[in-house]
Amino acid sequence: MVKTITVALIGNPNTGKSSVFNNLTGLKQKVGNYPGVTVEKKTGSFRADRTTNVQLIDLPGTYGLNTQSLDQSIVFDLLLNKKNKDFPDVVVVVADIENLKRNLLLFSQIKDLEIPSILVINMADQLKSKGIEIDVGKLEEKFDTKVILLSARKNFGFEQLKSEIKDYRNLSDKPAFDINEIDPEYFSNLQKTFPAESVYKLWLLITQDINYTKLDRKRINDTGKFKTQTESHLKKLQQRETIKRYQEINNLLKEAYVKDLKKATGLRSSIDKILLHGFWGYLVFFSILLLIFQVIFDWSNIPMDFIDNTFVSLSQSVKLNLPDGVFTSLLAEGVIPGLAGIIIFVPQIALLFFFISILEETGYMSRVVFLMDRTLKKFGLGGKSLIPLVSGVACAIPAVMATRNIENWKDRLITILVIPFMTCSARLPVYLILISLVIPNDKFIGINYQSLTLMGLYILGFLMAIISSFILKNIIKRDSKSYLVLEMPEYKFPLIKNIFLTVFSKTNSFIVEAGKIIFAISILLWIMASTGPGNNFKNADQIVKDKYENIEISDEELDINIESFKLEHSYIGLVGKSIEPVISPLGYDWKIGIALVTSFAAREVFVGTLSTIYSVGSENQETIKNTMAQEKDSYGNKIFDLPTGLSLMIFYAFAMQCMSTLAIVKKETNSWKWPMAQLFFMTTLAYFASLFVYQFLS
Amino acid sequence: MTSLDKLKKGDKAIVKDLVTDEVPLTLLEMGCLPGSEICILGLASKKGPMYVKIDESHMSIDSVTASNVIVELIN
Repeated sequence: MVKTITVALIGNPNTGKSSVFNNLTGLKQKVGNYPGVTVEKKTGSFRADRTTNVQLIDLPGTYGLNTQSLDQSIVFDLLLNKKNKDFPDVVVVVADIENLKRNLLLFSQIKDLEIPSILVINMADQLKSKGIEIDVGKLEEKFDTKVILLSARKNFGFEQLKSEIKDYRNLSDKPAFDINEIDPEYFSNLQKTFPAESVYKLWLLITQDINYTKLDRKRINDTGKFKTQTESHLKKLQQRETIKRYQEINNLLKEAYVKDLKKATGLRSSIDKILLHGFWGYLVFFSILLLIFQVIFDWSNIPMDFIDNTFVSLSQSVKLNLPDGVFTSLLAEGVIPGLAGIIIFVPQIALLFFFISILEETGYMSRVVFLMDRTLKKFGLGGKSLIPLVSGVACAIPAVMATRNIENWKDRLITILVIPFMTCSARLPVYLILISLVIPNDKFIGINYQSLTLMGLYILGFLMAIISSFILKNIIKRDSKSYLVLEMPEYKFPLIKNIFLTVFSKTNSFIVEAGKIIFAISILLWIMASTGPGNNFKNADQIVKDKYENIEISDEELDINIESFKLEHSYIGLVGKSIEPVISPLGYDWKIGIALVTSFAAREVFVGTLSTIYSVGSENQETIKNTMAQEKDSYGNKIFDLPTGLSLMIFYAFAMQCMSTLAIVKKETNSWKWPMAQLFFMTTLAYFASLFVYQFLS
Repeated sequence: MTSLDKLKKGDKAIVKDLVTDEVPLTLLEMGCLPGSEICILGLASKKGPMYVKIDESHMSIDSVTASNVIVELIN
C-alpha cells in the first residue's frame, strides 16, 4: 500500500522557494527574484520512500497571512479548510539565511494554524561568506519546530527534508504566539462567542472575505453578540499583531542568530550605483530592452521560417500522397495551417520568457520597476507594465502572458487591454506591402518617405497604447490602491534549470490553452473558405474553364483563376461582399473585405489572401505588388492609391485583428468580457480613424 | 519629526509611527515597524519611489506610501 502525504510549500518571495520545489519534484516551476511570481497553484510529487508518495503544493510567495492580494484566498482555503482536498498534513516554510527575521513572521502565523510545520532555511551554503551564524538547536527549541539548513543551489539538505516529511507525525503542531496579547478584551470575547473554534482562525476569518467552515463571516456578524468592529479598527489590530509578532521573534532570535555586519558584501551597492543611476540606469535599461527586442525580432525569424516551411511542405505532401477529398483538404488546408498558426509563435514566446526569467532571476526586474514606476503611473500603468508593453512590439501573445507579474489587478488589466496597440511583428508584412504600394520611394532631407512612414506607424501604436491606458485609468474604477512596496533582492547568478523550466512551462501553457481556440477558429475559417452556396461555387471549375475556352492559358494560370473564382463565391467571399457597403467609405472593395476577414486569424494572412484573390500564384512579393498596383475599380481608378493605402495602414494599426491575442486575453482575464470589449473598442476606433483618413484624403 | 518622503539620499532615520489607514500591511510585514532604522539608499526621480534599507530589508516604496511613514532623523 502506498500512502500519500500532502505537503504545502510556503515562503516569502525571493527565498528560493521555487528552487526547493524544482529540486524536490523536478517538475515545471520557476524561481524568481520578482515578488509574487508564483501566481498559479503548482503541484508536483516525489517518493519519500518505497511506500510513501508526497504530494507537494507550491503556494504563492507571501510576506504574511494578512496581506490582501488577488491570490491570497487560494492560500486561505487550502490552509484553513480541512475539507479542501489539498489540506496539508504538513507545511514546509521556506526561509533564507539573510532575511530570517522577516521569514519567521510568516512562520509564526503558519504555526498558529496548528498544522505540523518544518522550517527550511535556504542558501545555507553562503552562511560563512555572509558572516551569519545560526544555532539550529536553539532555533528548534525556541520556535518549537524542526529546522533544516538547506541549499537549493548546492543541492544539500534535501534528504533530511524528505525524511522529516515522511515522519511528519513527530512534528509539533502547537501554536507559537498568543493572539490574545494584541487586544485581550476583543479576543476573549470572540473566543467566548465561539468556544469550539481556534481564535486565530476566527481572527483570520474576520479579516478576510472567505468561508472555511459552517461558520462564515456573516454569521459572526449576525450572532449579534459579537461586533467585528470597523475596518479601520481591524487594520489597527492587524498592524498590532504584526508588531507584536516581530517583537517576540526578535527576543527568540537573539541567541540563535548572529550576523557579522562587517562581512556584508558591497556587491549590491556598487551594482545598484550604476543600475539605478539617474542617467546610466536608464541607459543600461534601454540598451537591454533594445537587445531583447532585436533578438526576438531577428533571431526568431530563423526558427519561424523553418516552422513555416515545414508546415507548408507537410501540407503539400499530404495533398500529394493522400487521395483527393474533403478529409485530405481539411487536413492540408485546415488542420495543418491551424497547427502552424500556433507553433509559429513558439520561438518568440520562448525567447521572451528566456530573457524575462533572466531579468527576474538576477534581481534586475525589481530595479526596472523602481526606475519606471513614476513615469508609467501617470498613464495608469505601473513599473511592472513596461516589459510586457515593450514585448508587445514583437508579439502581443507573450506580452499578455508576461503581465502575470503585475499583482495589482487594475494595472494588470489596463496593461493587457492596451498591449495590442503596440506594433507587433505580424503587422510588419502588411505595412511593408502597403507602404511600397502607396508611399513614394523618395527622400526628404535625406530621409526616405517609406521608412519615415513605417516609423510613424510604430510611434502611432505606442501613443495609442499610452492614450488608451490613460483613458482606461479613469474608466475602470476599483478601490485597490496602487501602491508600490517592493523588495529589492540581492543580485544573484541565474540558475539555468529554473530558466529552462520557466520557458518550458510558459510555452506549454500557450500551446495548450490558446492553441485550442486558435485551432478551432482556423478550422472554421477553412470551412467558410472551402464551401459555398449555389452553383457558382459548385461548378466553379466548369464556369472558369468555359470562360477561358478560347483564350491561350497555362494549366497553372487556369487553376489559379479557378481558386480565385471559388474564393469569391465561398461563404467567406460572401461575407466579404456583404460587408462591402460598410467598408467602401474606408476605400476598400470586397476583395480587401475578404482579406480583412481572413486576416482576423492573423494579420499577416492579409498578404497571403490578397495574393490568392488577385490570382497571383507565387508568394513573390514583387509580383503581388505589381498586380495590386494595377488593380482598378469599375471607374478605372486605381484601388491602391494613397487614401486607401493609408486608410488600410491605420486600420491595421488600431484594429484587434488577431484571434490569438483574443484567445490569450480570454485565458488571462478568465472571461470573454474583456477580449470582447477590446475587440469592439479597437475595431470601432480603427473603423472611424480609417474613415477619417480616407475621407480627408480623397 | 517628519515623514519618510521628505528625506534625502544618505539620510538615516528611526520609524516612529505609521498612518494606519493609509499604509499597506505588506510594509509592516516586510519589517517597516515603529523603532526600525531606515537608511535612504536612493531616489528614482523627483516624486518617484524611494530605495531604502529598513533594518535588514532592502525595498522600494512609492512616495505616497512613504509620506505616511512618520520618522525621526538621526544623522
